[in-house]
Amino acid sequence: MTSEPHRPPEGPSAHREAATLELRHIRKQYAGTAEPAIDDLSLEVPAGEICVLVGPSGCGKTTAMRLVNRMIEPTSGDILIDGASIMDRHPAELRREIGYAIQQIGLFPHQTVADNIAVVPKLLGWDRRRVSARVEELLDLIGLEPAMAARYPGQLSGGQRQRVGVARALAADPPLMLMDEPFGAIDPISRERLQNEFLRLQGEIRKTIVFVTHDIDEAIKMGDRIAVLRKGGVLAQYATPAELLMAPADEFVEDFVGADRALKRLALQRVRDIDLWDAPTVRVGDPGAQARERAAASPIGHALLVDDDGRPVSWLSATDLAADTVRPHEGRLTTVELDDILRDALADLLQGQVMYGVVTDGGGRVAGVLSVEVISGFLTEQGAGSIDEAPAPADRAAQ
Amino acid sequence: MTGPLVLAQVVIRDRSKDVGCVAKDGLCPAWIKDHIGDYMSPLLRHLELTVVSVVAGFLIAFALALVAHRRRWLVGPITGVTGVMYTIPSLALFAILLPVTGFGFVTGVVALTSYNLLVIFRNVIAGLDNVPEAALDAARGMGMTDRQRLWRVELPLAVPEIVAGVRVATTTTVGLAALAFVAGAGGLGQQIILDQNFKSNIVTASVLCILLAAALDLLILAGERIALPWRRVTE
Amino acid sequence: MSVALTTASVLSDFSDGLDFLVHQRESVAGGVMVGGSKNLPLLGKHLEVVGLAMLLAVLVAVPLGLYLGHTGRGSFLASSISNVGRSVPAIALVLFFSSYLGLELKNLVFAMTLLAIPPIFTNTYVGVRQVDGDVVDAARGMGLSGTQVVRRVELPLALPLVFGGIRTSVVNVIATATLGPFAGVLTLGDPIINASVYGDAGRVGTAMLVAGLAVGAEILFALLQRAVTPAPLRPARGRLRAGRPARVADAAI
Repeated sequence: MTSEPHRPPEGPSAHREAATLELRHIRKQYAGTAEPAIDDLSLEVPAGEICVLVGPSGCGKTTAMRLVNRMIEPTSGDILIDGASIMDRHPAELRREIGYAIQQIGLFPHQTVADNIAVVPKLLGWDRRRVSARVEELLDLIGLEPAMAARYPGQLSGGQRQRVGVARALAADPPLMLMDEPFGAIDPISRERLQNEFLRLQGEIRKTIVFVTHDIDEAIKMGDRIAVLRKGGVLAQYATPAELLMAPADEFVEDFVGADRALKRLALQRVRDIDLWDAPTVRVGDPGAQARERAAASPIGHALLVDDDGRPVSWLSATDLAADTVRPHEGRLTTVELDDILRDALADLLQGQVMYGVVTDGGGRVAGVLSVEVISGFLTEQGAGSIDEAPAPADRAAQ
Repeated sequence: MTGPLVLAQVVIRDRSKDVGCVAKDGLCPAWIKDHIGDYMSPLLRHLELTVVSVVAGFLIAFALALVAHRRRWLVGPITGVTGVMYTIPSLALFAILLPVTGFGFVTGVVALTSYNLLVIFRNVIAGLDNVPEAALDAARGMGMTDRQRLWRVELPLAVPEIVAGVRVATTTTVGLAALAFVAGAGGLGQQIILDQNFKSNIVTASVLCILLAAALDLLILAGERIALPWRRVTE
Repeated sequence: MSVALTTASVLSDFSDGLDFLVHQRESVAGGVMVGGSKNLPLLGKHLEVVGLAMLLAVLVAVPLGLYLGHTGRGSFLASSISNVGRSVPAIALVLFFSSYLGLELKNLVFAMTLLAIPPIFTNTYVGVRQVDGDVVDAARGMGLSGTQVVRRVELPLALPLVFGGIRTSVVNVIATATLGPFAGVLTLGDPIINASVYGDAGRVGTAMLVAGLAVGAEILFALLQRAVTPAPLRPARGRLRAGRPARVADAAI
């Protein structure tokens, strides 16, 4: 995390601190190939962070991930977990200590959800009671009914399978997790939900995670740090999402991040992070003249009717304000919340076909007005802004 | 083993006093009803031949498949050899085996077993090959050893294909065992030959054959459904 | 020691059997010459029965399989025919037909045709059904009529499987034709069944000949099957595969 240096709270069962991961000058060349798949890759992942490996197909990102649990052996170089080389470990034992989730999930169709989750604990020889307690705990953590434990993978929806896959990877509470496009095979809407759920989960469990994706948007959303790889497994840039968007190291990264990187920055900000306009609020019974004056003073040109608790009710035009006092009024409003991600807020405005959105706080009270203008101003201003001021990825900033 | 068969022969052929249907070698329900008991001993022998051959064939083919699963180059040669065994006509194989294993049950079993090898071997291999790649990768990634992966993931997932092979092998063996009498191994085929012009006899024996095959097939099917709850819910 | 003796005696039985195939000798009861060139009529009859039965079976099973496969009807028929067919004892079928229709060549051929039909029918049916629906759609879209689709698209693509069925049936029929003597037709099965006349050598020798015929036919038809398979669909030569696994619906001997 770029924002909070303190140790995160422990995971649900607990007990293992997240590990640090270090790749030192890793090179992987397959026999009979001219070019290496990975070339001199060095990376450090601090404990409790998500490191996303991203790049075009053939860049060796999956290979790099699979080196970590020795599914693939490096040609040269070393990998250290908490400072200890994995080369000294028995591969199968090493793997039992590293969570593993892949795009195709690979749930065992012949085992129930509970048995699937219990695979690694059983390999580790946990007693029956501890295993079932852990399974229960994980089902709760991923938001599946306890009754689902007896189901088979074939009876689950794609999203549920994906969650079970994540729960299975978490089962033995590993200090390190490898995730290879874990949300890749899911429709875009469910993927978004699963990503959010996973980030919330990660907020609680704080694992060190190596996350592979080819999707730069997912990388920006999920990563604390992003390693952009180019063909041949060469590290093009290793940086926080904000750095990557603001200062791409070279043309390749710039191309890969995309021409819309300014827009992508919106995914890193919340509504509360930018300067909002004051809302020209009026209440039922206010003098009409005062209300008209207030509306005229605001760049919006309308007044915002709020109820006694300060919750927004409706926009009032000059015609609505023609009477001596402000009268009750019904209307449609586009509202966004302070905690909303800026990109989503903009989407809401565009969808509502409005220029202005009423921003509410946690209690539903008016906190200001967000306008398309403000957002566009933010984009141009941030383009020249300094990196140091870039806040942490918004999704994780507030819990 | 010739005891009961000779007895049966006597009973069946003793119909000199019969008139009508039986005398004309016809299909006589009344006669079948009266003599169905005579078929029980050959039926049991037929069952015995089938079960022993299928079990033996399964054990051998399964072991071969496990060996070949990790050493792929063996698949070709094993398929070739068991394929030749499968091709040799049963009557000929029974005859060829006579000088080696002699006249009797063993020859019948050896020949019938050799017919099961190809089908079961091929299905075990195919079942293991069809295990989803992702499940194997996950198994490895979670830290299963090769042996754990084989017994906990690959074989359980290959069971449907293996069972399909055993079912085919079983029904085939029931049909082929009808010729085991040539090897002196008895069975319902022996019963057919004892009175080969009497339609009641032929029909009774062959219907018993078909019923035996159907019963064994259903039994295996039921066993599979009990043993594999995950197949039941996903179908 | 005893193992060596057994081996030696087994080998001498086999070489005696081979000798029977090459040289004439007197029958066990005496008076009649058997073996050697006397086997030729048996072989001829055997092949005649096989040829006729196969011809009839192909004429019935292929058009039926094509028609039902093309229309998509009869999947239940296709699977149950082969399932039940497998456990019907060939000997029972042969005896039953001859006991009803008499000891004649045509009745043996008829019984064997019935045994030969299921594998060819099932394979043809499956072969047509497994043709990619998009290919058939494309053919229709280009204006091919129903019969043109069958002739130009479905049959060529199903041909490897059709030949697979024929291959299975030929081997079955060569095996079943040994039961000819039970239907009054003297095929190569005669020396096997009537060892009291031909002797043990006759039984073993002819059995080896029949086995050779079956294996030879299997190889010949495997090559034919390969020849009718369009090159891109052939299994790679270097990669020997275990072959198609048996489904319960498959026909076997």
